[in-house]
This record gives sequence, structure tokens and C-alpha cells, in this order.
Amino acid sequence: MLEIKGLKVKLEEEDKQILKGVDLTVEAGKVHAIMGPNGSGKSTLSYVLSGRDGYEVTGGSATLDGEDLLELEPEERAALGLFLAFQYPVEIPGVGNMTFLRTAVNAQRKARGQEEMSATEFLKVIREKAKTLKIDADMLKRPVNVGFSGGEKKRNEILQMAMLEPKMCILDETDSGLDVDAMKLVADGVNALRDAGRGFLVITHYQRLLDHIKPDVVHIMADGRIVKTGGPELALEVENNGYADILAEVAA
Amino acid sequence: MSAQVQSKRAQLKEAKLAATAERLEGQSLPAGGKWASAARADALSRLRAMGLPGRRDEYWKYTRPDTLTQAEAPAAAVFANDEAPVFGEIDRVKIVFVDGVFSAEESDALDLAGVEIERLTDAGGKDIHWAKDIYGVLEARGQDPVERPLAAYNTAFASDGVVIRVTGKAEKPVSLIYRHESESSDAVLHHVIKLEEGADLTLLENGPAAARFNKVLEVELADGAAFHHVRAQGRDHERRAVTHIFARLGREATFKSFTLTVNGKLTRNECVIEFTGDEAVAHVAGACLGDGDFVHDDTVFITHDAEDCESRQVFKKVLRNGATGVFQGKILVKPGAQRTDGYQKSQSLLLDDDSQFLAKPELEIYADDVACSHGSTSGAIDEEALFYLRSRGVPSPEATDLLTLAFLAEAVEEVEDARLAEEITGRLEGWLTRRRD
Repeated sequence: MLEIKGLKVKLEEEDKQILKGVDLTVEAGKVHAIMGPNGSGKSTLSYVLSGRDGYEVTGGSATLDGEDLLELEPEERAALGLFLAFQYPVEIPGVGNMTFLRTAVNAQRKARGQEEMSATEFLKVIREKAKTLKIDADMLKRPVNVGFSGGEKKRNEILQMAMLEPKMCILDETDSGLDVDAMKLVADGVNALRDAGRGFLVITHYQRLLDHIKPDVVHIMADGRIVKTGGPELALEVENNGYADILAEVAA
Repeated sequence: MSAQVQSKRAQLKEAKLAATAERLEGQSLPAGGKWASAARADALSRLRAMGLPGRRDEYWKYTRPDTLTQAEAPAAAVFANDEAPVFGEIDRVKIVFVDGVFSAEESDALDLAGVEIERLTDAGGKDIHWAKDIYGVLEARGQDPVERPLAAYNTAFASDGVVIRVTGKAEKPVSLIYRHESESSDAVLHHVIKLEEGADLTLLENGPAAARFNKVLEVELADGAAFHHVRAQGRDHERRAVTHIFARLGREATFKSFTLTVNGKLTRNECVIEFTGDEAVAHVAGACLGDGDFVHDDTVFITHDAEDCESRQVFKKVLRNGATGVFQGKILVKPGAQRTDGYQKSQSLLLDDDSQFLAKPELEIYADDVACSHGSTSGAIDEEALFYLRSRGVPSPEATDLLTLAFLAEAVEEVEDARLAEEITGRLEGWLTRRRD
């Protein structure tokens, strides 16, 4: 589904290489996790895939179902089925959460040549999904993420994901700033979306999120490359021994 | 000040007065008024003593007044469109002016319970009339400490207008509609509104009026009166307008005014408010959208001369393709105007590097127990927010419009009536949609 080959990326503004040749394939129905120390390039990977400005691709490719992602505008990538749950969801004063979601859902439908969702149908669907994520009516009415707690913001990301029903979900440190209960709520939301047609890339520092969202494959990223790939046991190894051992082993 | 500077200033003033005299030569005051003729003559003397505004005037530093003061109105094409008329869905009493002339044919019967409506030309010809105490009176008060010569010009030469006295709660809005039909029309209208104790009126205004429009609105609010004003200025690209609102508020009176401006080559909207009774409230707000050859100037002067009054100014401007926005806002708190709550916000959203926003916020406070604040900013679209919206599938132009509307929302929220606010938002959306990249 998501295929990344030899992806090299530098910052646009300065001569700093962040990704130095990333190879990664996420199959439909699978959950891949990327772990790694700070500054290893995990978040950059998520931003480059979703089309954020400020990065320059200097080599390699990234495709979703065979479509070249890197050639597309961010909204085109979204319409194709790519979704990024932000590490720091953006506050947008003056734009109601509900208006925002409905605009997004219908923009994607329009881009795919599907019929727009009626206001009534949208309301019915969002109420249902919001309920399971414990998002109340007030949160839906308020401006996007404005005045939301850290946990509310992350739940709101998952709600967007549930409404947009993407093929490929990237979760960038969705566990950061969450207490145990909030993390469980978020993980339940993600698990509810797991199915045979959908791929996940879960970026995290810590193993604890992976207790709730069980990965099929775990990758260790360091200095702009995937340095080691394994099963869920790799996450446990990181939890017990930190990154130092693995990095030393790779360097040897 | 050195003697040299003083003499230079005197020379400039003399030249200005001479130019004004020349400009006014041969222009006679409208005939047929009784008390009105006296008011016009007074205004003309005021104008002759002040002189028409020029580029060197501090108050006209950011906006060139020449096309507003010159003898002939610069031509402006009539903007044709087949959109639903502004406020068309609102039940109201319509009063129509075509190129600055009242049209009885197109207007509704001037009949509304608790509201007396007369044409200025009729009222002015009577021996005794309540409007005598307001017409040109509030304008004259508003000449100090800053001169507003184009308002004095209006009082002197206004050829039409309405005088409205409200004694109760008007059951529907009075709607002034300004149609523009002739490419070279020059309209000068003057309206007077008096709200008696506890009276309540909503006034709507819309339309370009003429190629060039000079309008004065004087509003006197007795104790406990409430005045709601919502205006949508016409969309004709080449039209020019200078408007003044002079309002005087009694105790516990409420004054709320909102103006929407899209298009127009030049617009200068002045609003002069004076608090004379305690615990009154005045809100003045505006949203404008300018694209290209567009200059929009909001000039506000609020004088607090009573205790426990609240004033609030919220002005938002969206500018692109070289459009210019101007804001001059002043809050003057006189000695003894304790517990004044003054708020002033003026912001612009610059959609490209060619557009500019010039702001001069001022506070002048002579009381010691007041809360006054002002904030003036100009900025671009928030790139983070734009990316966030796009990453959810909202195309860039649509996302930009969404953020633009969000920026303007704070000003539109000043419109209390939900249907009117919706109407304004709809117009803003329409304008943005038509201009999508």
C-alpha cells in the first residue's frame, strides 16, 4: 500500500539532510510502528509524506497504491486516502469543528467524484463516532482545537480519522501528552478502524502505546534511516534497554 | 514653534481657504428650507473657515481626499448583477434613493408604528420641527477637536435624506436603499434620527448610491434608547464614498453599528460618538474585503464624557492585489469619565505582499479609573492552519477562504440579529467564492 524507497530529504532553508535513504513498505491490513530517538527523522517522514512545506526531496520515492505521493498537493494526498494524525494539532480560531469536518469530508468526496454527504447524514454519523471517543456536542461546536486539552486534541484527531476513513493512517506521536486513560481511549479509536483494507504507520518514542495498538512490524529509525526491523518484541527490547544497545549493534 | 514654521502654516491655511472658496463659487445652497436654510448657512460658514481637506492635513495622511473634494464626481460604471438583493429576505420598510434622489415610487409607504418618517426636504420647510435641534448640530459638535469639513459640506449641500423620530420599539427595520444608475452621479444625503426615551430602531443601509456619495447620519439617543445599524456598501468597483455618523448617547443608551464593505475605489467611513449619559454602550464594527484598486478608511472618534460607559471598536480588513486599508481610531476619556471601558481592535489580513494596512490607534485618557485597550495587527494567512486544513483534504483556495471568514468572524459577531449576521456572512462567502484562484 505505502511504499517508500530510498527517500532522501533535506530542509529547504538550510543545508541539513534529515532523511538519508528510508526504505519502508506498509501493507494493507498491517500496523507498522516506527520508534527511534529524538531527531532521528520520524516526524519529518510523516510531514514529507503528507506534503508539508519546508522540505526538499533529494532522492527516492514514496507511493500510495502506486500513485506518486511526492508529486501531489497535500489535499490530493488526503483525497487519495492518506491521513496524518498530528503530533501538535493546530488550533483554528473562528472555524467551528463541525464545519471544518464537514468541509473536509465533502471536499474529499468531491475530489473522488462521490456525492457529498447531506447535513443530516453527516450529523448522524459524527454524533455516533464522537460518542465512542467521548467527544461531547460542545467540543464539536467549538472552534477547531481551540481551548482543547492535550487529550481532547488527540481524540479530535482520531475523530477526524474516523470520519475521513483513510486507507493509510500515519500517527505522529499520538501518545505524547496523554495520560493512561486518554491513551486507552485513543488506542480503542484506532483499533476500531483496523481492517484488512487499511494500513497504519504509528510513530512513537515509547513502547507503551504499542501495548494498546499492537503492531505487526516494528522499525527502529536512527539518523535518517531505518536501522532495524523486527516484530513486536523489538519494541519491548527498546523499552527494557533503550536505544543505545540497538544503535551500537547496528553500528558494529 | 518657530516664527518661520508659523508663517508657513498660515500661508498654507490661507491657500487652502482660497482654494475652497474657489471650489464653492457659484454653488448655491438648496432652496426651500426654513430652519434648514439657517443650518445650511451655518455649515457653509464652518466649511469656509476650515477649508476642504487636502493631502497635507494630518487627518488625511493615509487617504487622498482630492477625488472627494473636486467639483465633478469621477465617473463610476454601474455594477450589474443578478444576485438576490441585500436584506431582500428581511421584512422592512424600504426607502429608496436613486442617484441620491428619493423615489416615492420604489419606496414603501413611510408607515411604521412608533416611528415618524419624513423626507428632509419636507421637514426642512416647516416653521418648527424637532429635527432642527439635531440637523447639523451633532455634526458641528463633531468638528472639535478634529475638523471634518466634508461633513460640514454635507450639512450645507445635502439635497435629500430622511428624518426619523422613534417613540417606541419599531416592529421592523427601516431600510435605506441607495441605487446607482447614472455613471457620473454625485449624491449628497443627510439623515437625522432621534430615538426618544426607551425607543428601539434597526436601520439598514445598502447600495452604492452614486458614482460619488457623501452621506451624513446624525443619531440622537435619549436615555435607554437602542439603535442598531447594519450597512452594506455597494459593490460598484469605481464608486467613491465619504460617510459620517455622528451619535450622541444618553444614559443607558445602546448604539451598535456594523458596516460591510466590498469593492469601491475609495471609501472613508467616519464615526463620531459622544457619551453624555452614564452606563451607555456603543459598539462600532466593520468588515471589509478589498481586491486591487481599493482604498478603505475607517476613522473613528469616541468621546467618553460620562461614567461607566462601554465602547468597543472591532475592524477587520482583508486586502489583496495592492488594496489599501486605513484605520484611525481614537478613544478620548474626559476628566471624570470614571470606569470607562474602552476597547479597540483593528486587524488586517494581507493576502499578498502588494497590499497594505495603515493604522493609527490612539488613546487619550484624563480619568484615573478606566480600562482601555487597543490592538492593531496585520498579518498573512496562518500557514500552519492552512496546511492542517489541506492535509484533511480541503483544497487550498477553499481553505484560504475558510480562514479568511474566520478572521472576519469577530467583526461580524457584532451584528446582534442572527438573520442579519447570516446575511452578512453569506455576502462575504459569495465574494470570496467568486474570486477563488
